[in-house]
Amino acid sequence: MAWLLAILETLLFIGGAPLLAGWIKWLKCHLQNRKAPSLLQPYRDLRKLYRKQPVAPHSASWIFRAAPYIVFASTVLAAAIVPLVVVNLPTARIADVIVLVGFFALARFFLVLAGMDIGTAFGGMGSSREMTISSLAEPAMLMAVFTLAMSAHTTNLSQAMSYVLDTGIVLRPSFVFALGALMLVAIAETGRIPVDNPATHLELTMIHEAMILEYSGRWLALMEWASQIKLMLYGVLIANIFFPWGIAQDFSLHALGGGAAMIMLKLALMAVVLALSEALLAKMRIFRVQEYLSFAYLLSVLGMLSHIILEAQR
Amino acid sequence: MSIHELDYYQQAVLLLAALIALTSFLMLGQSRLLRLIVVFAGQGLLLAATTAMVANALALPHLYISAGLTLVLKGIFIPIMLQRLVMRMALHREMETIEHPARVMMGGTSLVVFSYYVSLPVVQLSPLVTLNTIAVSLSVVLLGMLLMITRRHAVAQVVGFMSIENGLFFAAVVSTQGMPMVVELGIAADVLVAAIVFGVFFFQIRASIDSLNVDRLSRLSEVDR
Repeated sequence: MAWLLAILETLLFIGGAPLLAGWIKWLKCHLQNRKAPSLLQPYRDLRKLYRKQPVAPHSASWIFRAAPYIVFASTVLAAAIVPLVVVNLPTARIADVIVLVGFFALARFFLVLAGMDIGTAFGGMGSSREMTISSLAEPAMLMAVFTLAMSAHTTNLSQAMSYVLDTGIVLRPSFVFALGALMLVAIAETGRIPVDNPATHLELTMIHEAMILEYSGRWLALMEWASQIKLMLYGVLIANIFFPWGIAQDFSLHALGGGAAMIMLKLALMAVVLALSEALLAKMRIFRVQEYLSFAYLLSVLGMLSHIILEAQR
Repeated sequence: MSIHELDYYQQAVLLLAALIALTSFLMLGQSRLLRLIVVFAGQGLLLAATTAMVANALALPHLYISAGLTLVLKGIFIPIMLQRLVMRMALHREMETIEHPARVMMGGTSLVVFSYYVSLPVVQLSPLVTLNTIAVSLSVVLLGMLLMITRRHAVAQVVGFMSIENGLFFAAVVSTQGMPMVVELGIAADVLVAAIVFGVFFFQIRASIDSLNVDRLSRLSEVDR
């Protein structure tokens, strides 16, 4: 029963990700006074891409062909770890945050390899930028996660959420800093403004799009779907760790329905914040990303220090 | 006592203390003078809020007066005065280059750790919750000094100096339940006078060396000519 629920939850995750992407696009269009496409447009795009025949460049090796499947599969596995609607699922119990970061790293590694595999200038440039950014973002994310782990005495996401639920609303300075750091990292890792612009395909500043420029057909569909899932993953991570109220704590139908409604509400609200910030901010120069991410790292270090200094038992 | 056993006012004091430390770090990394002054004003406002929270949490009504003084003086008056000075001397577009920003930040972090280490015996003396924040106030003092060391610009150094004063005031509020009113009023007047005197000094320095970069004060003008 629990395993069935875990599989269902992961499917919900995969199925819901394009809807979230569509919602963000809808919000952004309205903020910019444009006519918005339907909320279901990402599904239509994915279906259209899936029907088309994929074309690989002559210089492509097996890595180029295998990368979309590996990227998609590891993102789906990562999605299985993160509690979406209910805590204490078996998939969430067997893996912790460090495994989650590992899955992200695996997906990124193959994405970067695929970008370099075809040997175009754009692919190599995007890959090197992606690696630069992620090597700075990952320590910040891990520090933020460790801050959380020090409060909850566990690195397991599901147990950490239960801990936060049990202690109720506590104004923890460390959580405020960790939240700030994780939001900055999430924006950098999912390639949103101000670090990368997801809406552009032909610009010298692009990062994620530069790596997948040569993909077409169902490979492109898998890549785009994976990045939509990743965006939703970060959203769920932030929403459920720092504001877990409303998540289902047992497997009754009533609790599950409430949990699903709450997470949808939370994600919708976070998307509003994201769309607003994207409408207000301009994209940074690439050399300023380093400053941005070191600020994220500073925040997470301060979070850890304030946990030790201000919150510790004495 | 762990944080979730405290009431919300005490938790809010701890949270605001952490945010004050954050503003100190933001000041370290800020290369534009006007933004530096804005962050400094933010620190003053947070300090006033913390003082009011402490007054509420520990039931010390006289601290409300200190909070009001801090709000008016450090949150509003001094920042506005500094901002006017910067505008009048047309420095608002000037960017100061911070040498080795990453190292400065690392130094700042280790100063926080150091002040925690130093204040650990003090914290164990008394069960007063706000005493936890004494390490934060000490680190605000040290970070203000670091700001003064790393900057060349006279305005930035004055902001650093004022931030040291913020840290001392914060330490007094959280550890000794505020200073006697006479002392507090005296310090407030001193800070005010200092701010005005600094303003005069800016013009003097600029008139004599045609810049506010204090590095140029160490050279003898006769030798250069």
